[in-house]
Amino acid sequence: MQPNTAAAVAPAYASDAIERSPGYWATVWQRFRRDPVAVGALVVISALILMAILAPWITPQDPYKGMALRRLRPPGTEGYLLGTDELGRDMLSRLMMGARLSLFMGVTPVLLAFLVGTSIGVAAGYVGGLLNTVLMRTIDVFFAFPSVLLAIALSGALGAGVTNGLISLTVVFIPPIARVAESVTTGVRARDFVEAARASGAGALSIIRHHVLGNVLGPILVYAMSLVAVSMILASGLSFLGLGVRPPEPEWGLMLNTLRTAIYTQPLLCALPGVMIFITSISFNLLTDGLRSAMDIKA
Amino acid sequence: MMIATQSRLATSAPDHATPLLEVAGLIKHFPIKSGLFGRPSAVVRAVDDISFTVVEGETLGIVGESGCGKSTTARLLMHLIAADAGTIRLSGKTAGTSELPMKTYRSRVQMVFQDSYASLNPRMTIEDSIAYGPGVHGMAGDEAARRARRLLDRVGLDPKRFAGRYPHELSGGQRQRVNIARALALQPKLLILDEAVSALDKSIEAQVLNLLLDLKDEFGLTYIFISHDLEVVRFMANRVMVMYLGRVAEIGPANALYKASRHPYSTALLGSMLSMDPDHRTERAPLTGDPPNPINPPSGCRFHPRCTFAEPVCSTTVPVLAAAGNDHWAACHMAMLASGHSNAKDTAV
Amino acid sequence: MLTYIVKRLLYSLPIMLGVSIVCFMLVHMAPSDPLVSVLPPDASDDLKKQLMALYGFDRPYVEQFIKWLARAITGDLGTSIRTSRPVVREVMTAVANTLSLAAFATFIGFFFGILFGFIAGYFRGTWIDKLASVISVIGVSVPHYWLGMVLVIIFAANLGWLPPTGAGPGGSQNWIWNWEHVRHMVLPAITMSVIPMGIIARTIRALVAETLSQEFIVGLKAKGLSSFGVLRHVVKNAAPTALAVMGIQLGYLLGGSILIETVFSWPGTGLLLNDAIFQRDLPLLQGTILVLATFFVVLNMLVDVVQTLLDPRVARS
Repeated sequence: MQPNTAAAVAPAYASDAIERSPGYWATVWQRFRRDPVAVGALVVISALILMAILAPWITPQDPYKGMALRRLRPPGTEGYLLGTDELGRDMLSRLMMGARLSLFMGVTPVLLAFLVGTSIGVAAGYVGGLLNTVLMRTIDVFFAFPSVLLAIALSGALGAGVTNGLISLTVVFIPPIARVAESVTTGVRARDFVEAARASGAGALSIIRHHVLGNVLGPILVYAMSLVAVSMILASGLSFLGLGVRPPEPEWGLMLNTLRTAIYTQPLLCALPGVMIFITSISFNLLTDGLRSAMDIKA
Repeated sequence: MMIATQSRLATSAPDHATPLLEVAGLIKHFPIKSGLFGRPSAVVRAVDDISFTVVEGETLGIVGESGCGKSTTARLLMHLIAADAGTIRLSGKTAGTSELPMKTYRSRVQMVFQDSYASLNPRMTIEDSIAYGPGVHGMAGDEAARRARRLLDRVGLDPKRFAGRYPHELSGGQRQRVNIARALALQPKLLILDEAVSALDKSIEAQVLNLLLDLKDEFGLTYIFISHDLEVVRFMANRVMVMYLGRVAEIGPANALYKASRHPYSTALLGSMLSMDPDHRTERAPLTGDPPNPINPPSGCRFHPRCTFAEPVCSTTVPVLAAAGNDHWAACHMAMLASGHSNAKDTAV
Repeated sequence: MLTYIVKRLLYSLPIMLGVSIVCFMLVHMAPSDPLVSVLPPDASDDLKKQLMALYGFDRPYVEQFIKWLARAITGDLGTSIRTSRPVVREVMTAVANTLSLAAFATFIGFFFGILFGFIAGYFRGTWIDKLASVISVIGVSVPHYWLGMVLVIIFAANLGWLPPTGAGPGGSQNWIWNWEHVRHMVLPAITMSVIPMGIIARTIRALVAETLSQEFIVGLKAKGLSSFGVLRHVVKNAAPTALAVMGIQLGYLLGGSILIETVFSWPGTGLLLNDAIFQRDLPLLQGTILVLATFFVVLNMLVDVVQTLLDPRVARS
């Protein structure tokens, strides 16, 4: 039997001697990298984001300046690779510039709803009891509205505009995220390692930070990511209805709306903004699918 | 195996003068909700007024069938669930009051759970899991990590190989060693082992039990050892407490209780053990009658519907713990003086 | 099981109360004056006050809410500020139109969704399966209002096979089952059907794959059960879930038709909502949303109840 080890540090206990296994997220990344479809989706999304950030400096033309004489030129016109819109503005430049607001309006609500919904769901799931009942029954009320209806009703009542659009979409996505967060947290809370942490004298906040979040954020994140595609379509839909971004700002949904008048004369031109929305939302869906299967580790 | 134990138990003979833990009148009832409006329609009397003490340096074994309240008792002692009534005193100080805040109490009393995998956070390295408790109590990160590695070494796991691993990479026995190290990280006085070896293979179980005995000597620990396995309890415990439907049926020195139990339930329970000696195997079925149901426990003595010695008094009067020998108590009308049972003595011996 | 159904019915009551509170609050959340669309811009304060009192907007919120709710329960959703007609009449005409469109779309969506899902699940792992999952990813990713425009471009503008907008000839407002009206419905219904198609295909594929891999099916096959017999088991196992998804999707289409109705000028609730929003006709907005949400709650309840009747295990979980 060894004597009770003294305070002196044996070399074997030094931090750099320890063999370390790759962590959960490192393993997920390894698996994700081997999925060509998911990596492709990630590349497309990164390119779109990069385009959105750099748009003011890289657009070939001024996206706001139109020429009455050059209205509705078809794609392929000299100097206007993708043609011009109903006010004679360069389509390519407007599509590039439109990525800024479209991505912002699509991603931000999910991000905000992720923060708020996770907080609500984790609090309800961890504390349980009356708080859970009150929070979750309130959430149930919002589930009684189809999401499209709720988004349109809220932004309709609040009035058009980017901020009101963001608020409406955030409100729409909080309930589903909170419900998922609540159910995974309730599951984790019942596990023995949470009991063991409580037995070590830790307070609720420390346990949530160190033991609960690490186990629930993954599933909640995947779920939230699956909503980004929905959010992209909905946000552009709001602008399409005239409830989101207002002219002359370029935004894909709004462009789709204003180009509708040209549906018989320049059908290809009209379809372009929708193609952008479609590419973005399918990329987010494929990215989410890839991440979900990469995270499905049996351990 | 048994011979080795005997000598070990002798070296760590309990000091009866200082009760480390005093439990008085502990009660926990769980309401069962059903019906349209979720009103409680019944209660499970999981733990129903139990009291006992644990002396410093000893091992108290708690045995009983599943559903008798052993695990609830453990969780109440750890204050993982709030008791409906009762007090817990550690070294004379009441837990959860200003003289012994719950956080301090929880650093002195620690617990090892049955499920070695579920009780480790799958997203934390072994080292971080062990170092978490000391961190909660204010220890700096690198110091806590060093303590974790030292403890890993002490429970027989090479820190170099194991500290940076995740729970799923370890075997059940290795994980339970980690759980023991985690419990020891707070330098507790009392360790509650709730079926801590029950899920392990027999060969691994013996290794872990020997480790526990070594650690007890080395760190001067006191154990509450909860198990359904009577053999293992005999190997580990100085004293044994038998529980039945949320009550204490009998409590006494392990040797006396295993040799001559004073409660018919204990006798039946011990009778269900397979004896190593073919001559001592019992012939009759040890336990008959309905399995115990803690929702509607029988009146009087809760064991009376299954007891071969049951008499009218048993179904009307609740037996209290009566002296049945040196430091040996049994809650049976046959052990109580003048209880009205025909087998009870009328006067003191 | 009866207890469960009664419980489920009672559970819908607080939900409906919550829904009505949200609908009521929509009007009071609006930053502009609720009378903005009827008042002349130069209206005197006296006239404004008079009108506020007439519509009851000067009372405390709680009083307004209770009065509004009491009237709503009796079927009186107030008067449209713009048209001065009862909101209920406006909404019900629109609901009928949306319902026929949504029902048609659900039917198409489910027919193809189940077909794709079944084929993919039956031939799981093969190229047919992969193709079906590509189609379903496209289905859930495509902006349906854009798809509607593309279909108009192809089938109305280029080929001239079908009418691009409206519910019938000459701007007909009422749906009738005749050839001319069905022709108007084809494009919006196909567009709308894409939304549930992807989801139902995924659900059915998973269900079929799971059922086929279960031991009892393997056992039945080993005993010489024909593939038709196997199919019968698969259908029996998948039906309750498919039905539940179908009910909920119909609800989503009822509430989510606004974008498609705008593209096709379909005279349903979506177009009504659009009008209510842009004319700032708040009673109409409130009433339309309340009616749609009620439909959704009732539909969800029916789905749960029917599912329980089909599969008693649901009640216990």
